[in-house]
Amino acid sequence: MTDLYQSQRAMRNMRKAAMQRGVIAVLDVGTSKIACLILRFDGPERARAEDGVGPLAGQSQFRVIGAATTRSRGMRFGEIESLNEAERAIRTVVQSAQKAAGQRVDHVIACFSGAEPRSYGLAGEHALADSVVTEQDIARVLAACDVPDLGEGREVLHAHPVNFALDHRSGLGDPRGQIGHRLACDMHLLTVERAAVECVLHCLKRCDLEVAGIASSAYAAGLSALVEDEQELGAACVDMGGGATGLSIYIKKHMIYADSVRMGGEHITRDISMGLSVPLGIAERIKTVHGGVHATGADDREMIEIGSDSGDWEKDRRTVSRTELIGIMRPRVEEILEEVRARLDVAGFEHLPSQQIVLTGGGSLIPGIDSLAAKILGQRVRLGRPMRVQGLPAAATGASFASAVGLCLFAANPQDEWWDFEIPAERYPARSVKRVFRWFRDNW
Amino acid sequence: MRPIAPRRDPAPSRWAYRWHRLWLTPLFRALVRVGLPAFVVVFSAGLWISDEGRRALITDQFTATRDAVQNRPEFMVNLVAIEGASPVLADALRRDLGLELPKSSFDLDLAVARDQVEAFDAVERADLRILSGGILQIAVTERLPALVWRSEDALQLVDANGHPVASISARALRGDLPLIAGASANTAAAEALELVAAAGPLTARIRGLVRMGNRRWDIVLDRDQRLLLPADNPVRALQRIIALDQAEGLLKRDLLAVDLRNDRRPTLRLSPEAAQSLRQTKITETRGGTL
Repeated sequence: MTDLYQSQRAMRNMRKAAMQRGVIAVLDVGTSKIACLILRFDGPERARAEDGVGPLAGQSQFRVIGAATTRSRGMRFGEIESLNEAERAIRTVVQSAQKAAGQRVDHVIACFSGAEPRSYGLAGEHALADSVVTEQDIARVLAACDVPDLGEGREVLHAHPVNFALDHRSGLGDPRGQIGHRLACDMHLLTVERAAVECVLHCLKRCDLEVAGIASSAYAAGLSALVEDEQELGAACVDMGGGATGLSIYIKKHMIYADSVRMGGEHITRDISMGLSVPLGIAERIKTVHGGVHATGADDREMIEIGSDSGDWEKDRRTVSRTELIGIMRPRVEEILEEVRARLDVAGFEHLPSQQIVLTGGGSLIPGIDSLAAKILGQRVRLGRPMRVQGLPAAATGASFASAVGLCLFAANPQDEWWDFEIPAERYPARSVKRVFRWFRDNW
Repeated sequence: MRPIAPRRDPAPSRWAYRWHRLWLTPLFRALVRVGLPAFVVVFSAGLWISDEGRRALITDQFTATRDAVQNRPEFMVNLVAIEGASPVLADALRRDLGLELPKSSFDLDLAVARDQVEAFDAVERADLRILSGGILQIAVTERLPALVWRSEDALQLVDANGHPVASISARALRGDLPLIAGASANTAAAEALELVAAAGPLTARIRGLVRMGNRRWDIVLDRDQRLLLPADNPVRALQRIIALDQAEGLLKRDLLAVDLRNDRRPTLRLSPEAAQSLRQTKITETRGGTL
């Protein structure tokens, strides 16, 4: 636990170094595409006191100065399958983004969708020694959270203190300086498989990049695709990616649940490829150009030239009606959405005050998916596009860039996580000079 | 038919990627784009110039070019024109300057030449200028001799400020100028001239002025008469003597010296004969008086 704690702290320090240098890259490592945006921080540090325990990690204005996308290679289900191929893809995208920015970047914040995220809600309580809540008290209450058995080979990716309660007052964002006797906190913990994370980190290291942070892409997509009231009142963001569909639930501007369904757009493409016996490239083109989920009478008459290069004239000249294509795509989309529904039910989404569902990611661009999702997930479904950030090229404003843009926001205005707070003095090694210093400061 | 050749990998190789990143590093970029060419230029120039023969070649060419420009006829000085100097002085100047004409005006140091000219006693001030047509003009203001000064070992002409002008062999050569004598007499030349000017009717009788102890003047008249003047305000003392002389014919008498050094106690020194006769006269008068 302490190892990870330290490495996340190191990433935060790296992020601060990058902010000082003024340039940082965000890298969305997806199954179907890898996007890299290069940010330049140019505003002065701007304090935003209203969310979380106050900004500890430092916040800044930023501008996108370089953007590049490439087809990803060696990825499956949002995880790295072939390290060399993934490294090549990352090199390609980082180099072209650097070329667009005309500037070298050394620090990168990455997100990925796979690695089987699991959410835990943690609660901790701590009796205050003094009646005033200090940073040490917050550190102690965070340390007092009872961590469940995470399982073998799991690592904590996110640990957000969601809520603080002081005596009988709950819902405190920042309890520092308040007066009470018992401090309690709720924390949301997101764990992922260690091997997948280490694979991503190793891959970035092999590209000579310093990792300044790592995030779950479901979390990042929720940051950018949910508007402020949805984040505040409760909403679920469904990030329909290529190999995995991420799911994150937000309330009171904090993520309280995240999960991922290991199905995505590439499965739809694979279905088309199998159903029509065409190569994957052609199936992808047919899906993006003619795809849909609702068949109408007009679709019976709309014939699609499949086209292929098998050399067999009869095979290459086949046509299918759009209805047939929809008949192939719809079951898979329904399957994905039903799986999402099941995860939402497990998370207890129906108990939230507002049950807004936002579809984003490349998969949400299938025409008619919003009405299909409304049938499966609930009435309040909308398609979400990432919020607009300064300098983002028009080609990168679509729904498929939701997690890349969310990662920009994560880079500029990170929410406080466990490792942003102080370590409780009791946890320091016995011979720590800092502890001695603190003892002197407290007692003299 | 589609070629079987594998599709080109769009990904940069690891070295290409590193090189691209290195090239985007500002310091490295500046080093390569400015530092390296500058180093090559400086290094090759240094290498080229490190050869002794090439350095000599460069200096030779430089001197040759410079000489070719400086020795153009437009810059040559062919003639020295001396104005305002007596022929003797002009000859002496010419001989002493030692200019080897024709000479380029770049090689002439006018300040040094002027100092040389002004080093002459007879020259009070000199202006040197190079005129067009290759003429070095020296405009000389000569010192005018005002006094003849006989010092212990020489006979010199000095100007009104006491600066030596020239030596002369005999006093008779400049009989028109008053004579002063004594050590450092020239330092008080202005006072001597005032005295000479104030002499008035005595002018014809003055043989010279003698500086006594570098402090005061004696005026030596003919018949070996001496006027001993005080150190301060000697002109007034002289005027007093002249007044006495005009009133009573003082200096026509048989006096050796008139001593006015102490103006409240002027003293006359008689010649021995005059003193004798005065005594005789006094005895006679006394005797006559008693008789």
